[in-house]
Amino acid sequence: MAFSPNIQANVFEALRMSKMFNASLVMVHVGEKTNKKEAALDKIISNFDGAIPDYRVLWKAGNPAEVLLGACSGENADLLILGAIKREGLLKYYLGSVARKLTRKAPCDVLLLIKPSVDRVACSSGVVNGLAHPKTEEAIDRAFYVLSSLGAQKLTIVEEIPEDSVAIKVDDDRSLRKSTIAKERIKLRENSRVQGLLSHIPKSIKENLEVVVQPIFGRRGYSIGHYARVARADLLVMNAPSKLTLWDRLFPHDLEYILSDLPTDVLIVR
Amino acid sequence: MSKSSISSGLRSNVFAGFVVSLIAMPLALGLAIASGFPPIAGIIASVVGGVMVAVLGGSYVTITGPGNGLVVVLLGAVTVLGEGDMQAGYLYALAAVILSGVLLLLFGFLRFGSLSDFFPATAIQGMLSAIGITILLKQLYVMFGDLETKGAALELLLGVPALIQTLFTDGSTGQWYAAGIGVVSLLIMVFYSKIRSRFFHLVPAPMWVVLLALGFDAYFSFVGVGNPISKSLLILLPENLLGGVPTPNFSKLNQPVFWGVVVSITLISSIESLLSIKAVDKLDPQKRRSNTNKDMKALGLATIVSGFLGGMNVVTVIARSSVNVNNQASNRSANFFHAAFLFVMVLVFQDQLRRIPLTSLAAILVYTGYKLAAPAIFVRMYQIGKEQLLVFLTTLISTLLTDLITGILIGLLTTFVVHVLLNKAFWLFSRNLLKPNVLMYKENETQNYYVGIIHFCTFLNFYKLKSKLDKIPQDERAVVDFSLCSFVDHTVQESLQNYEELFERKGGALEIIGLDIHAADSGHPFAVRTLRPIKKLRVFGGGRTKRQLQLEALAHEKGWSYSEATKSQKRMLRDHPVYQTTSVERVYNLIEGPKKRLSLCDIHYSEGAFIAKENIQTTLLRVQLDKEIPVFSFDRELLLEKLSHLAGIHDIDFPKYPEFSRDFYVQGNDPKKIRAFFDDKMVSFFSAYGFYHIMSNGKELLVRQFLRPATPAEAAAMIEFGLALKEKIDG
Repeated sequence: MAFSPNIQANVFEALRMSKMFNASLVMVHVGEKTNKKEAALDKIISNFDGAIPDYRVLWKAGNPAEVLLGACSGENADLLILGAIKREGLLKYYLGSVARKLTRKAPCDVLLLIKPSVDRVACSSGVVNGLAHPKTEEAIDRAFYVLSSLGAQKLTIVEEIPEDSVAIKVDDDRSLRKSTIAKERIKLRENSRVQGLLSHIPKSIKENLEVVVQPIFGRRGYSIGHYARVARADLLVMNAPSKLTLWDRLFPHDLEYILSDLPTDVLIVR
Repeated sequence: MSKSSISSGLRSNVFAGFVVSLIAMPLALGLAIASGFPPIAGIIASVVGGVMVAVLGGSYVTITGPGNGLVVVLLGAVTVLGEGDMQAGYLYALAAVILSGVLLLLFGFLRFGSLSDFFPATAIQGMLSAIGITILLKQLYVMFGDLETKGAALELLLGVPALIQTLFTDGSTGQWYAAGIGVVSLLIMVFYSKIRSRFFHLVPAPMWVVLLALGFDAYFSFVGVGNPISKSLLILLPENLLGGVPTPNFSKLNQPVFWGVVVSITLISSIESLLSIKAVDKLDPQKRRSNTNKDMKALGLATIVSGFLGGMNVVTVIARSSVNVNNQASNRSANFFHAAFLFVMVLVFQDQLRRIPLTSLAAILVYTGYKLAAPAIFVRMYQIGKEQLLVFLTTLISTLLTDLITGILIGLLTTFVVHVLLNKAFWLFSRNLLKPNVLMYKENETQNYYVGIIHFCTFLNFYKLKSKLDKIPQDERAVVDFSLCSFVDHTVQESLQNYEELFERKGGALEIIGLDIHAADSGHPFAVRTLRPIKKLRVFGGGRTKRQLQLEALAHEKGWSYSEATKSQKRMLRDHPVYQTTSVERVYNLIEGPKKRLSLCDIHYSEGAFIAKENIQTTLLRVQLDKEIPVFSFDRELLLEKLSHLAGIHDIDFPKYPEFSRDFYVQGNDPKKIRAFFDDKMVSFFSAYGFYHIMSNGKELLVRQFLRPATPAEAAAMIEFGLALKEKIDG
């Protein structure tokens, strides 16, 4: 939390979030504690509509990324909420270097907000990845939990299928027909895999959400972000990547596509 | 296939091959001479190409042989590599031809089928026109019997008056006759299509030119004077056509200038072949898709063989192919027969061929060159946009002043600079060039293929979009959405139009949405810089997109009114509780029915403000009712959930219709009235159209399908739905 023009929106989003999950909130400010700052914060919080959940403020000076990472593990946090910055005039959201570092290193789930708002904007639909990956099941579980807690109505599970999983190269009508058939087959297989994952979700949670499965043949990590934008989703839930190195920054893939150009709010499940 | 259809198919292919060979013969001879190769080299390329590509190729009704685009580079190769000695130059050039064949073969294996897509369409056009002008000017001299004058295009152009003057002052009788035949031949080529005579059209124009020359010769032999045209102005064929294969000279392999020639030849021949294949696919009555990579391999191999036999490059040629299609060719055997007839004709009539003056072949080439640089092309470029004319002229002039490779690279650079200047934003390109920008998936709801593009889409990254489009079966429906894309260039629009035609031919449809707003959005604070230039780049007539023209046609079909941009509609949605918090940016493409009771429009609105602002473009149908009905919203996915935040509005159950109740959300503040409104008839009607989102404010209904603009077909369906709905309610 920094004293930027966005502070009220950021604080309000965090308060609302902790209320919805029945969680306690720790706000971290990196910098000296002054009376002026404290008063300003109190004033903002007093403007919050409705019951104020249990919260604490941590004041600590130092390197922002390290302070926040320390706070996450020190407080045993379940979720780290970060605000993204909007590139002036370009209608694009991206992560600052601190947030990027946190995204990579945080020991808990990370929620990236692209447009924190003072008034509540309802979250109506979400998108979650359905990759064949050991972490996917957890990501889908989490998506169901979070979206139903937020009162959303729709969850789309996007299976990104790499283009090269269809070995047939399209050259003419015949190879096109073959590749279309092969794609349909892969789709069926992927759908049944996702249905298997869904069968573990408790019925009480599933009932409130309309669940749609959308297979997409395309670049992993990129397609889901673009889809979330086109579908105007409010939240995108992704697996945390196994690890990100400098190499991944230079040759972006998977999550990097989303981090460099956030389509919606993003929840990264660890 | 039954036996009779095979034999009738065979007959039509033999016939088509024969007609094509009549055109191919003079063209092959002329192109070879113009390239500085011996005349027979063109025949070799035609015969080898016809046989090999017919056997190995991946296209269906194309004809292969020596191409007109290559004339300039090959002539350049012979002069530069031979350093003045044409015969030595020819042997060096053969080595370059062979190596370019190897490169083409490699392109085929590496699946570079789309090489021509990496260049801006306008720059390619400029380069081809420059080639045309060069051919025209060089052959103009030959046509007037002057084989000596050489020089750059500009010198040649300035020398034309002197050329004609010299003919009048110093011309010998033989030269006069030769020039006369040349001019008459040119007149035949120009006026052939304008003469409406079935007899005249039995023989193709280039063959008339040959017949004219032979008739001339026959007349003089008959009267016993002998042909007055000097031997040097007649075609020179070797004494024994089947013997004496030249040996290509590979000794310049270590010189950069040699490799420059190889690259130019390869570039031009692959561009010419790919453009021709693309064009011929649109002519094929059986609507087959050519396998361009397979064709490239076959062309490469044929070029290698042709080179070793002393022939020119083998490329796919558009003019001969279209004659082939017009004569009912149905498969590759026509290409084979064209080669076979050519071979036999040259062997049998070699004596006659030696009597054809070079001037008449030059006349055919002057006409070919003119076709490549016709004034109509300049006019079309200007119509597309001033900046296209700029790119076109820059490429054309720089190609004439330097060489083909430099010319097209300058054209490419100019195009890019123009794009940056139009957008006033280099970052748009630099930041997004390497990122993926295309999403394609099959929509669950409609089974349409949805293709979305973000950032920008120009010749620089069109291959990404193209590779997705190529994977869509063309008998399906595809929707290409540019609403999130800031900039689309002319090359992309032109290629997409090509795709539209292909889809339409196969019974599918490819529709482009989200471009309309680019043109109209000049008042938008964010959009101005990136989106406005599109207006200038329009290819589809009158400044309107194709979708707008289709919507207009839809309105006129119904006898309704259509207006492209409308004003003062900002309050249009205010009467609806759901849209009370939205701000309408603009309403456009408005179609209105009689008395404005039914209307359809595209709408661009935003929700929220400042950083939480979200822009939405969609198509809305508005139905004004005569009867009073309850206030409600009907929806399957609860996308209109915002209503629930308003006081006193809740989800309504229909105990009588459990399935309807389960599948749809109906919300409103007066359950009693709403349950009364949804009787048997209404329930079954609404269930059938469950994919629409419908809102009623008591006096009017708003209907929406997607959170994107509707395609013209979807818009038509919405209007039909609106009419049916009004009928159901008002009775």
